[in-house]
This record gives sequence, C-alpha cells and structure tokens, in this order.
Amino acid sequence: MDFTASLALIAPEILLSVAGLVLLLAGAWMGDGASRLVSYAAVAVLAVCAFMVAPVLCTAAMGPDTVAFGGQFRADAFASFAKLLIYAAGGAALLVAPAFFERHGAMRAEYPVLVLFAVLGMGLMVSAGDLLTLYIGLELNSLSAYVLAAFLRTDERSAEAGLKYFVLGALASGILLFGMSLTYGFTGTTAFEGIRTALAGGLSTGALFGVIFMLAGLAFKIAAVPFHMWTPDVYEGAPTPVTTFFATAPKVAAVGLTMRVAMDAFGTQASAWQQVIIFAALASIVVGALGAIGQVNIKRLLAYSSINNVGFILIGLATATQAGASAMLVYLAIYVAMSVGGFVAVLMLRDADGEAVEAIADIAGLSRTQPLLALCLAAVMFSLAGIPPLFGFWGKFVVFQAAVQADMIALAAIGIAASVIGAFYYLKIVKIMYFDEPADKAHGKSDWIHWALLAVSAIFISPLGYLLTRWLGSLADKAAAALLFAA
Amino acid sequence: MIGIEHYVVVSSILFVLGVQGIFLNRKNVIVILMAIELILLAVNINLVAFSAFLGDLTGQIFAMFVLTVAAGEAAIGLAILVIYFRGRGSIAVDDVNRMRG
Repeated sequence: MDFTASLALIAPEILLSVAGLVLLLAGAWMGDGASRLVSYAAVAVLAVCAFMVAPVLCTAAMGPDTVAFGGQFRADAFASFAKLLIYAAGGAALLVAPAFFERHGAMRAEYPVLVLFAVLGMGLMVSAGDLLTLYIGLELNSLSAYVLAAFLRTDERSAEAGLKYFVLGALASGILLFGMSLTYGFTGTTAFEGIRTALAGGLSTGALFGVIFMLAGLAFKIAAVPFHMWTPDVYEGAPTPVTTFFATAPKVAAVGLTMRVAMDAFGTQASAWQQVIIFAALASIVVGALGAIGQVNIKRLLAYSSINNVGFILIGLATATQAGASAMLVYLAIYVAMSVGGFVAVLMLRDADGEAVEAIADIAGLSRTQPLLALCLAAVMFSLAGIPPLFGFWGKFVVFQAAVQADMIALAAIGIAASVIGAFYYLKIVKIMYFDEPADKAHGKSDWIHWALLAVSAIFISPLGYLLTRWLGSLADKAAAALLFAA
Repeated sequence: MIGIEHYVVVSSILFVLGVQGIFLNRKNVIVILMAIELILLAVNINLVAFSAFLGDLTGQIFAMFVLTVAAGEAAIGLAILVIYFRGRGSIAVDDVNRMRG
C-alpha cells in the first residue's frame, strides 16, 4: 500500500488534528468569549468525521485495503463502529458543556480543543495495529483527559479528581508499557500481526508476563475490578460534562482497544487470558453492584454503575468468539446512550440558584416537581438495571446469549444473579424520586440542548429502541467480522 | 558476560521500586511523579536492551516515543499539582481525601 492510500485512510484523524490546532489558535485569538462558537465548530468537525467513517462500517470494510502505513493503522469496520460511538459521545460532551461552565464562569476555548484531541487519541486507539500506535493514541487520550478532569480550576474537588486521575492513569500507562516492552522482547515485534504469529507456537513465561501486564494496564483504563478504585473519585470530582465524557467515549475506546489486543494480538493464546477476563468480569459486576448500594452522591452511584456495566461487557470478551465481540459492541452502543442520558439528567438537576444538586436525598419526590425529568431518569435507571421493556435489557440479553453459545453457562448464570443485586440500587433511585416526600430542591431551569440530548437518549433506550435491534445487530456483526478477519 | 536477563532483572527491580514508590509513599505528591518517571525508565531499559539483543531498531524508536510522552506527562502532572496546591495549600498525599466512600 502506497503512502497516498495510507493518508486517505487516516483522513478523519488528519481532519481532527488540523481542526484541533486551528480551533486552538482561534480560541487564543478570539478569547474566551468565542468558546461557545469554538464548541459548536468542534461538534461540526465531529459530525463531518462521523460522515467520513460511516461508509467504512456500512460496506463492512476489512482486509489489506484497510491497513495503512505498513500495519500501523487499521481503518476497518470495527474501528468505524467504535469511532462513531466515540464521536457521538464526544459531541454530547461538547454540547452540554457551555451552559454548565458558563454558570461557573469557567467556559474556556480549551475545553472543546481538549475534547477533540482526546477523541483523536481514542480514534487512534481503536484503529491501532501496532503497539506503538496503541501507546500514542492512549497517551493522547489520557493526557487530554487529565486536564479535562481538573478543568474547573477553582473547585477543590475537580483539582483533586485531576490529581488522582493523573497518578493512577500514569501508573496504568506504566504497567501497560512494561507489558508492551516484555511482549516486544519475547515476540521480537510490535505489530499485532507479528505478535499473533509469534505466539501461535506457544507462550513463553516472559510473553505471559507481557500479556498479563498489558491486560492489567487496559483494565485500569476501562475501570474493571481490581483496578477500578479511581473511578468513583474521578467521576464525582470532575465537572459533570467531563464525567459524561469519561463514562462514555474513553470507555468505548479502551474496550475496543482491549478487544483488538486480546482477540487479535493475543488471539492465538485465548486460553491464557480468558481466565483473567472471566475473573475481571465477575468481580466488576459484583463490586459495582455492592459498592453502589451505600452511595449518597448520584455521580458516585453512576460511577459504580459503570464499573458494573464494564463487567457485563467483559463477559462478551471472555467468550473469545465473534458472537461475543458483536454482543459487546451492541452493549457498548446501548451503554453510551444510557450513560449520556443518565449524566445529562444529573446535569439538569439544579436548585433555584443554579447550583448542582448531586445528593440522592435531594432528588426525593422529583416526580412531583419535575415530572418529565423524573420520567427520563427513571427510564435510564430501569434500562441500566436491564428490566425488559427498556432497551438496556437487550444489551444484557445478547451478551448472555453469546456466553451460553460459547458453553459458559456458569458465567452467564452468575452474571444474571449479580445483575439482580444491581437492580436494587437502580430501583431505589426510582423509589426515592416517585414515592418519597419531596425535598423540593431541584427546580432549576435547563437549557434546550440538555432537554434535546436527554430526549434523544431516552427515546433510544425506551422500548422504541427495539426497532433498531436488527440494524444495530447487523452493524455490530460487520464490525466483529472485521475484527476477527484481521486476526 | 552481561546477558539479556541481567537487563530484564534490573528493569524489573526499577519497575517494582516505582510501583512501591506510588503506593507506600505517604508524604509528598512530587515523590509520586518521580516514581512514575522511574517506571517509565524501567520500561526504556527493557526496550533498549531487547532492541540491541534482537538486532531490531523498533525498540529504540519506541523508547524515543516513551521519553517524549514522559516529558509531556510530567508537565501536565506538575500543572495539575500547581492548581491543586493553590486550592488546598498542601501537597501531602494524606490530604488528598476530599472524596471518599
């Protein structure tokens, strides 16, 4: 493949990086007054990128034509599926931010620029075909994310969230990198294809250490137990639009990357990592469900809920089959909609002075003061709990179906049992909103953009979402086929 | 004769020291930044040693990338530390506890 063809394949990434630099200059010249304009321009850039990658997914592109720069980068259907989700989540985080930050007098043009660079990094992560691309993408994403977490500079909690995220994120990168160096040393190459071939003959102790270290580093990034401890603190402390972003886009990117690494690079030694993934999946489901029970802050509760959801997603990976990969992608799409809906609803909970209401006790009786908001939040909670008429059930269903097809009935059974524990705290929120005496706190007015985003995600996770199952399933199948074709 | 295993042992020791530095250190966040650098340098020793041992340049190129990113990472870490200090007036590890549970 020649150089021009490679450049054509990375066109969305080129557009994102050039747009990020141009918008940075625009922000520097026009000052913070233009930050709303810069935000909307960034959303437009993401929309253009989405139109550029969508055809790749629809035509189910795979094989040598999608490989750029001698295997460094892959623009196949799998990468496009993940990128569409990432762009959508990034766009949502950009749209909700101006109203929030302007209330704190902290809206700056750097915010959309950092989000664009983070999105660029995530696009590189899911397209990686080599450990070097993987590392650059991951760090581009992480470094932007650290700054975003600490974006509300005058808020002590935001600065603390940034600091904690930085220290644990850097540790995770270090562990991942150590694993990559061992993998390189014991397989003699950094290309996924080469690693796959080298491991086909057997797994030496050194390479096994490499695999385990890499999976541990990736588990940090997707917040899977036992590497989840940063999640509640960072989700609580970071400004809510940033939390919306963290709970969605980087999760998709890190899960996509984990799928690439596990099923492609380490695909010939699936039995070596399957036990690790099974443990992480079950531990995440249980810890996520139990940890959420005592929480009094709704952002913290949603953080534990995201740990819980990662567990369900990892069940799909534990099967190491194409059906499992496809189920994970369907689950991820539904999860992004649920998370955006949940965090946008939290963002809209404000008291009369415009201060954020985050305590669960303060949303008591919300159904009487803000019936529509309460209804949407209840839909999100029922969907997260996986209660059948809502779309969240479908995600869990396909994942468990894949597990049963792969003869992992015990795994599926334990997962279903643990999801019942998880339902407890989701239903508790609904009970507090609908049946408790009104606390009469949250009655601030909200921007129409917030309502629009909440409405879109609420409709997607409502029973109407089932109209999309066939379409979503076929796209996920195409993406999963591309993932395993490369392998 | 110094073989590849000696390099791997040294880098593993450095890596473990770095990880211990993050978790055992109860005093100062700056020490954590130093521990992170130690981890990245352990990785670099590994990469360069393997690269020389395998007769393959990729590892050394990788090490260059790691060095560059480590510089950016340290800059961002210090910047976050500065705004944290402005708000709290302390960078002791035990004080990083506004959020718990």
